[in-house]
Amino acid sequence: MNRIDKKFYDLKNKKTPAFIPFITAGDPDLQTTKVLILEFEKRGADIIELGIPFSDPIADGPIIQASYYRALVRGVKVAHILDMVSELRKKSGIPIVSMVSYSIVYKGGCQNFVEKAFKAGLDGLTIPDLPVEESDEIFEIAKKNDFKIVCFIAPTTTEQRMSLITQKSQGFLYYISVVGITGIRDRIPNDVVQNINKLKQMTNTPIVVGFGVSTPEHAKLIGRVADGVIVGSAIIKEVEKYTNKHSTELVKCVGEFVGQLVLGTKG
Amino acid sequence: MVTTILKSKVVEQKDLSESCSLPDKMGHFGRFGGKFVPETIMPALDQLEKAYLAAKNDPAFNAELEYYLREYVGRPSTLYYAERLTKKLGGAKIYFKREDLNHTGAHKINNTIGQILLAIRMGKKRIIAETGAGQHGVATATAAAMFGIECDVYMGEEDMRRQALNVFRMKLLGTRVIPVTSGSKTLKDATNEAFRDWMASVRHTHYILGSIVGPHPYPMMVRDFQTVIGREVKRQIMEKERRLPDYLIACVGGGSNSMGLFHPFIEDKDVKMIGVEAGGLGPEIGQHASTLTSGKIGILHGSASYVLQDEDGQTLPVHSISAGLDYPGVGPEHSYLKDIGRAKYVSITDNEAVNAFQECARLEGIIPALEAAHAIAYTMKFAPTLHKDEIIVICLSGSGDKDSFEVAKKLGYKI
Repeated sequence: MNRIDKKFYDLKNKKTPAFIPFITAGDPDLQTTKVLILEFEKRGADIIELGIPFSDPIADGPIIQASYYRALVRGVKVAHILDMVSELRKKSGIPIVSMVSYSIVYKGGCQNFVEKAFKAGLDGLTIPDLPVEESDEIFEIAKKNDFKIVCFIAPTTTEQRMSLITQKSQGFLYYISVVGITGIRDRIPNDVVQNINKLKQMTNTPIVVGFGVSTPEHAKLIGRVADGVIVGSAIIKEVEKYTNKHSTELVKCVGEFVGQLVLGTKG
Repeated sequence: MVTTILKSKVVEQKDLSESCSLPDKMGHFGRFGGKFVPETIMPALDQLEKAYLAAKNDPAFNAELEYYLREYVGRPSTLYYAERLTKKLGGAKIYFKREDLNHTGAHKINNTIGQILLAIRMGKKRIIAETGAGQHGVATATAAAMFGIECDVYMGEEDMRRQALNVFRMKLLGTRVIPVTSGSKTLKDATNEAFRDWMASVRHTHYILGSIVGPHPYPMMVRDFQTVIGREVKRQIMEKERRLPDYLIACVGGGSNSMGLFHPFIEDKDVKMIGVEAGGLGPEIGQHASTLTSGKIGILHGSASYVLQDEDGQTLPVHSISAGLDYPGVGPEHSYLKDIGRAKYVSITDNEAVNAFQECARLEGIIPALEAAHAIAYTMKFAPTLHKDEIIVICLSGSGDKDSFEVAKKLGYKI
C-alpha cells in the first residue's frame, strides 16, 4: 500500500485530519531540508509536501518564488533532491509528495521522472500546471508503480470539471482555497466549507486544503471540514527569517512553528 | 550556403492542408502547444475559447473588428517596394510590409483590438498584459483607453529602463505600468507576473497575451488576429507583381508578426518562409535568444514548444539588444513549422541588427524596430544570393523610434 493511502486510512480511524507542511527542497540547503523533514515528523506532521524549485512558477506567490530562487542559485538539481530523499528514507517512512512544475517532469521525460522519483522514495506528485486534460500519460505511468498523482480543484472549477478531476486524482485531492496564488492571507474565504462539502459528496478521496492557509487558527478551521491542511508560504517565511542563522536554530524555530500548526489542525 | 537550407525537406501538399487546420481541439500543433496552466485559470481558458470561436463566426464581430482596424489602426498597411535597398543588394526584389505605419507603430495592435472586443463581449471589466519592448503594452493601453477599460501592464524593470519612452506612453494612455523585479526582469518574468495576477483576478479580468505563445487558445487566437498581415500581403503582391512572393522573412521572438505573415501562405508551397531569431552577442548560453535554432522541446508559459532550458527544465537566461526578441520561448506553431520543414529559422546577431537598422534608415528613410532590423539584416545577407526576378517580402513589424536611445548608446552617441 502506498504510504499516502496508508496514512489517510490510519487518520480516518483516528478521526483526525492530516497536517501537511510544505518546504522547498534546498532552501537554504538540502542537508537542512532533510533535517527539517525529520523534525516535522517528530512534531506530528503527517505528510510532507516537498517543493522542487522551478525558475518560473506561475501558481506561486513571492514567498515561495523567492525560496525557489534561493535554492536554484545554490545550484540545487533534481538529481540532488532525489538523492536527499533516498538518504532520508533510511531514517523515515513519512509520506512525501513533491510539488513540481510539469516543465521539469516533461523535460526529464514523464516515465523517467516518475520512475526515478518512485525509486528515490517519493510517494507522489502534485503538479500545479498540469490540468487533467493533459495528464493521461503520467497517470498511466504512475499507476504501474502505485505512485500518486494528486490533482487540484480551485474555487473557479466548474461542476463538470470537478467530476472529471475527482475521478482522476489519487492519494488525495488538493483544494485550492483562494482564487489566486500561494501566499499568506488574513482569512479563509467563506466558500471553502461549502465547496469542500460539495466535493465530499462527489468522492471518497481525502480532500486537503492549501493556498493561503497561514496560521494555527486557519488550520483549525480547515481541519474541522477537510481531511487535511497544507501550509506553505507561512512556513517558508519562517525558513527565510532564519536563513542566515545556524541550521540548528533554523530547524528548532521552524519546527516549533510547525508544531503549533499541528496542534491547530488536530485541536 | 544560405539557399541550400531551404531545399533540405520536401513537404507534401496534403500535409500542408492539414497543417492549416491546426491546432486540434486541445490546442496541439503536433507534439507542441496544449494547455499547461493551473486549474484556477483552466475554466477561463475554456470560456475564452468558446467566446472566441463564437465571435470568429459572428459577422457582427468581424465587421466591428474590420471597422476599428480600418478607421483606427489605419489598415491596410502598405506593401512598399524597397527600391534602393534592392538595388544596393543587387539580388531579389524586396518589399516591406509596413506594419510600422499602424497606429502605435507596430503590428501588436492588430491583436489587442481583437482581444479587447472579445473581452467586452465576455463582460470583463479589466485588462492586463505583459510587455517586453513595450509595443504590446502600448497597443494594449491604447485599445483600453479607446474603449474606456481599466488596464494594468506588467513590464520587467530591465525593459522599463531600455524602453523608457514606451513606459511614459503607457502612463499617458492611463495605464498602470507595474515593474517586475523577479528573475531576469524582462519579458519572461513580466509574463509570469501577468499569469499570477490572472490567477487572482480571473473572474473579472481578461489577460491580453501579446504573442502566439501561452496556453491554448492564445497561440491560435493571436495568430488569427495577426493573419491580417499575410492576407493583405497576398492581395497586394498579386496587384503589384501578379504572382506570389518567393520568400517571406520576418523576425521571431514569440513569433506573432511572422506567423501573421506566414500563415495565409502555408498551403502555397512555393512560397518559402524564413524566421529570424535573435543571435544576440553569440552562441554561448545566456548570450542569445535563438529558441528555434538552438533550443529543445520543453514547456514554458503554458505550452510545449522549443525552449531554452537547462537539463532540469529550468529556463535559461537569454539576451538580445531587442527587448521584443529577448524571450526564451517561442510560439508552438513555429516549432511545428520547423519540425515539418515548412519554415526555416536562422539567427542574426545584435551587431548585424544594429547595422541593418542604420542601413535601412539611410537607404529607405525608414527607421525600423530593432526586432524588424533582424529580418532586414538576414535579407541583406540572403538577397544578393538570389536572382533579380525573385521576390522577398519582409515584415517590417514596427517602427524604430522606440529604439533610438538604445541604438545611440550602442553606437556611442549621447542624446
